[in-house]
Amino acid sequence: MNAVVVQLTRRGLLGRKRAVLLVLLPLALLLLATLVRWASGGAADAAVNLVDGFGLGTLLPLTCLLIGTGVIGTEIDDGSIVYLLAKPMPRRTILLSKLAVAWAAALVFAALPVVLAVIITAADPGELALAYGTTAALAALAYTAVFVALSVVSRNAVIIGLLYALLWETILGGFVPGIKNASIRQWALTAAEAVLGERGENLGVVSAVSLPAGLGLLAAVTVLAVVLAIRRLQTLPLTSGD
Amino acid sequence: MSTLVLDRVSRWYGNVVAANDVSMTIGPGITGLLGPNGAGKSTLIAMMSGFLAPSAGSVTLDGKPVWRHPEIYRSIGLVPETEAMYDMVTGWQFVLANARLHKVPEPEAAARLALDLVEMWDAKDRDISTYSKGMKQRVKMATALVHDPSVLLLDEPFNGMDPRQRLHLMDLLRRLGDQGRTVLFSSHILEEVEEIAGTIEVLVAGRHAASGDFRRIRRLMTERPHQYTIRSADDRRLAAALVADGCATAVDLSAGNLAVQAPDFGRFVHALPRLARSSGVRLLEVSPADESLESVFAYLVAR
Repeated sequence: MNAVVVQLTRRGLLGRKRAVLLVLLPLALLLLATLVRWASGGAADAAVNLVDGFGLGTLLPLTCLLIGTGVIGTEIDDGSIVYLLAKPMPRRTILLSKLAVAWAAALVFAALPVVLAVIITAADPGELALAYGTTAALAALAYTAVFVALSVVSRNAVIIGLLYALLWETILGGFVPGIKNASIRQWALTAAEAVLGERGENLGVVSAVSLPAGLGLLAAVTVLAVVLAIRRLQTLPLTSGD
Repeated sequence: MSTLVLDRVSRWYGNVVAANDVSMTIGPGITGLLGPNGAGKSTLIAMMSGFLAPSAGSVTLDGKPVWRHPEIYRSIGLVPETEAMYDMVTGWQFVLANARLHKVPEPEAAARLALDLVEMWDAKDRDISTYSKGMKQRVKMATALVHDPSVLLLDEPFNGMDPRQRLHLMDLLRRLGDQGRTVLFSSHILEEVEEIAGTIEVLVAGRHAASGDFRRIRRLMTERPHQYTIRSADDRRLAAALVADGCATAVDLSAGNLAVQAPDFGRFVHALPRLARSSGVRLLEVSPADESLESVFAYLVAR
């Protein structure tokens, strides 16, 4: 980790206009949560519906995509990454520093709002908040790592990320059961399932995979993404113009 | 003192060859990399600065390969062509961050020195997004100089500069070259290059076309045969007269006008009106056919 890279990355992520989205998306969730609370009177299943559908299904991957591409994708696109790469410093350090910023931002802007949404929506949030907090944190870390790797590997990271998060996980996962087995969201949901136990089953908090499989796959995908991103950054070709 | 050696370097992207078997040695002093747009200058600089792997051949700095060796950036300062920087910080913060990334012993002092050198000290506290193109160029220069590198690589550094800034940068590069640093900059303007570069390397269509001091390059360029397109009252008779006189080495009537190739510019322009009058041919139009930089360079490659 390098403090200067962390600092520049933080300013790059929060100093640009797109940072407004990082605030607006969670705000939309919290606003919805307030409405749901008002309409449902604090029923647990209403909270699960909102947090599972909009929170984990839409807000979390979108925010992680914004963050993951924002910490490194924009710099690769406009070429300013050259100022970091042209330094006597292992590329690994650059990537890990950026990932640390991305992870911190994902916990604040993606995972925390999910917890807050549970607290606002449910009359008795205790266990539910813990369950979804754990799931949201795990999913945020994995999504962010994958989207950071995607930004280093492809210039179309935003589009591919959108297709994956919205089409693959949300829509296709609903139609084709097999796809649910290969989904960060489902893997992370095993944590909520484990915390809630039987109560979760009644609320419909059921993951497509088992807890050890879910956590194992999450860890594997995260590590794989980080390794891939580092390797790719080590040989990132940089040319401008001709 | 550092020497950058390119040994039979080629680089291709799919079917497109951007650099073709280029060998050159760049030592202390100023070297100009001259070539038309699209000649592969940026590709070559990217390979010299370790940002692109040669498809074949090798690039070494003092004997060590530059590709995948971030340690080389201790001795290399790079001024990239891309204009994008970290827009949301000030010039001072950005140059200071670069000094810290280089882990120089006293980053503040180094940043101050570098900003002074490029005359950006007064504007240092403004956001980079408010800088003009020339100011950005100078801040880029400061980030490249902040760790006192022995090699300086600049990709089209004069682009977007006004004449005063241009003179200032030329003066700065000259001083850096005189200090024994290895300075290489690319440009597509001969006048720019010959003004300050001790050595000129000409690159055309990915090939290393010529090498030498500016006098040699100038001579190569002016001694090439000149092409003219002429329209006259009687192209055939004029062609015969030109060939008979010997001031034209080739004439071509097939395009509907008269195309002439003349080896000696001075002799041809004096002979043409004289021959036209003596053979009674009225000249309607005389124009140099191909004086673009590309064609001058292309001639060098064809030799």
